[in-house]
Amino acid sequence: QKTSESIFSKLSKAVVGKSKVDEEILDELEEILITSDVGVDTTIKIIRRIEERVAKDKYLNTEELDKILREEIAGLLEENNSQDFLDFDIPEDKKPYVIMVVGVNGVGKTTTIGKLANLFKNAGKSVILGAADTFRAAAVDQLILWGNRVGVPVVSHGMNTDPASVAFDAVKQAVEAKADVVIVDTAGRLHTKVNLMNELSKIKRVMQKFIPDAPHEIMLVLDGSTGQNAFIQAKEFTKATEVTSLAITKLDGTAKGGVVIGISDQFKIPVKYIGVGEKMTDLQIFNRKEFVDSLFKKK
Amino acid sequence: MFDNLSLKLDRAFKTLKGTGKITEINVASTVKEIRRALIDADVNYKVAKEVTDKIKEEAMGRDVLISVSPGQLLVKITQEELTKLMGGSKVDIKLSGDPAVILISGLQGSGKTTFTGKLGAFLKKNGRQVLLVACDIYRPAAIDQLKVLGEQIGVEVYAEPENKNSLQIANNAIAHAKKTGKKTVIVDTAGRLAVDEQMMQEIEQLKKALNPSETLFVVDSMTGQDAVNTAKTFDERLDFDGVVLTKLDGDTRGGAAISIRHVVNKPIKFISTGEKMENLDVFHPDRMAQRILGMGDVISLVERA
Ligand SMILES: Nc1nc2c(ncn2[C@@H]2O[C@H](COP(=O)(O)OP(=O)(O)OP(=O)(O)O)[C@@H](O)[C@H]2O)c(=O)[nH]1
Ligand SMILES: Nc1nc2c(ncn2[C@@H]2O[C@H](COP(=O)(O)OP(=O)(O)OP(=O)(O)O)[C@@H](O)[C@H]2O)c(=O)[nH]1
Ligand SMILES: [Mg+2]
Ligand SMILES: [Mg+2]
Repeated sequence: QKTSESIFSKLSKAVVGKSKVDEEILDELEEILITSDVGVDTTIKIIRRIEERVAKDKYLNTEELDKILREEIAGLLEENNSQDFLDFDIPEDKKPYVIMVVGVNGVGKTTTIGKLANLFKNAGKSVILGAADTFRAAAVDQLILWGNRVGVPVVSHGMNTDPASVAFDAVKQAVEAKADVVIVDTAGRLHTKVNLMNELSKIKRVMQKFIPDAPHEIMLVLDGSTGQNAFIQAKEFTKATEVTSLAITKLDGTAKGGVVIGISDQFKIPVKYIGVGEKMTDLQIFNRKEFVDSLFKKK
Repeated sequence: MFDNLSLKLDRAFKTLKGTGKITEINVASTVKEIRRALIDADVNYKVAKEVTDKIKEEAMGRDVLISVSPGQLLVKITQEELTKLMGGSKVDIKLSGDPAVILISGLQGSGKTTFTGKLGAFLKKNGRQVLLVACDIYRPAAIDQLKVLGEQIGVEVYAEPENKNSLQIANNAIAHAKKTGKKTVIVDTAGRLAVDEQMMQEIEQLKKALNPSETLFVVDSMTGQDAVNTAKTFDERLDFDGVVLTKLDGDTRGGAAISIRHVVNKPIKFISTGEKMENLDVFHPDRMAQRILGMGDVISLVERA
């Protein structure tokens, strides 16, 4: 079955008996990258780089091509992901450390918050969650259940209340309780909805009344199975709220999450976490090398 | 984008001199541009290839009229081809049996629960007695979510919060519908990945036992290249009757619509265009084709105004 073939074996086949990268190999490479959602522009960029390197290094065998390819892709990630985060630690001088989580509908914000809370808690930090999605049916209940599951308090004002005042309260209570981390959930919103995007700035401003440099982190959650729209999401959310980190979810599925490469190529936002399931423990720190390897891995 | 594409195509046609016919030579680079535009819109790579091969065939030998540029002609052929591919006219949902059962399936976060509510409202408006069934026993607050929606639309929701057997819940719900004279039962299920064998078995069993008159596959229109794999697996397991495309109120091109239609050959029956219960529309292949080509959903907008 063609789809279950690894990139390596596909390339090997295309490369058999050849001493240089030809049209066929590049076509194969193009297909691999595009079907991983890398996007046309970044794919072309990668292919150009490979062509250049091949011309320079006089590539000879498949192993080398495979290596060059991995290097180039990792390189794209490296240019903007200056380093992988090593653990779930947070800056000592920010207490409480305020994280606001944003993204379009259904990508996995609330779930990621539950998982993050668990990780911080396991690292010995005290965590408070803010239920500022007061819009989506039962969103508050969902976060409260996550709070119970993990064993951390959730600040909420119920449904259909002002999200900014929930966020304010969450930060306030965290300061009073001397908590280490506050994570504020927000309602899913499509970046095309101007009013909803403006609401994010309001939530931010209100928190700043209490902690001037809050939120210290604005995490944009992207669904790993999203196609080219992920670029627009990254662009528009960055414009509206100065996103500082990314979490890519649902990478336990068959989607390759190649948008990560394209986004790293075009934005300066580091990918911090990846979601690999629905359980509390299904959150991992993004690792460039592992990610690149997973693109090349056999299903 | 549409202007953009036809401009690009015109440029690609620059080499064409005199003949006024589209030929093998002058069509090659334009077809490449079209393919690229489709991939940019998230049409699956292989599907885009097949589609553009067909477009090429269609375009060959056509006379280029003076009134339209070759680029415009190519875009027109493309648009026609895409429209055809997405299945001509619209297909309604089947409601047979007493009660008629509708089973909702799809990946996590695709919009199933929201759509369950919307469909309930839609059928209620058409004069049907509806019961919504909360068969997502996994996601935190999934039952509450459906209950809130049920309340909003004034439709009863059947749930058994303590029961961890979705098949039992569904069967009990149908018995309840019969007893209370509800003619339509819509079963919301948990989101699941196509590779999650246990979860795929669960929904396969639900389908077998409930014998729904309509099984729908709900898919996020922002999905990328993987849409084909997921749709294929769900179809192999469930042989679903139709597709629901969600979140089309954003700016996604929605090329996944073509890929899915091409791969499973099932009609797209509804599109979801917002979070509110009334944000449900029927699917128009021609408008979708325009959208994928970047012409925007102009007609829909005009109609809504
Ligand atoms: N398989 C898988 N499912 C996930 C992952 N992350 C989240 N989900 C599921 O995706 C669905 C949506 O997740 P939520 O956390 O509710 O998403 P959200 O972004 O908060 O959604 P809204 O608040 O409605 O915009 C749920 O069914 C989650 O269990 C993941 O990494 N893998
Ligand atoms: N903008 C927009 N949002 C939508 C649409 N349909 C659903 N949503 C939102 O998408 C998110 C996920 O919707 P749900 O209905 O919870 O999705 P689901 O498939 O039931 O999710 P799981 O049960 O976790 O698998 C929610 O925030 C919905 O409000 C739509 O057409 N447009
Ligand atoms: Mg949420
Ligand atoms: Mg649901």
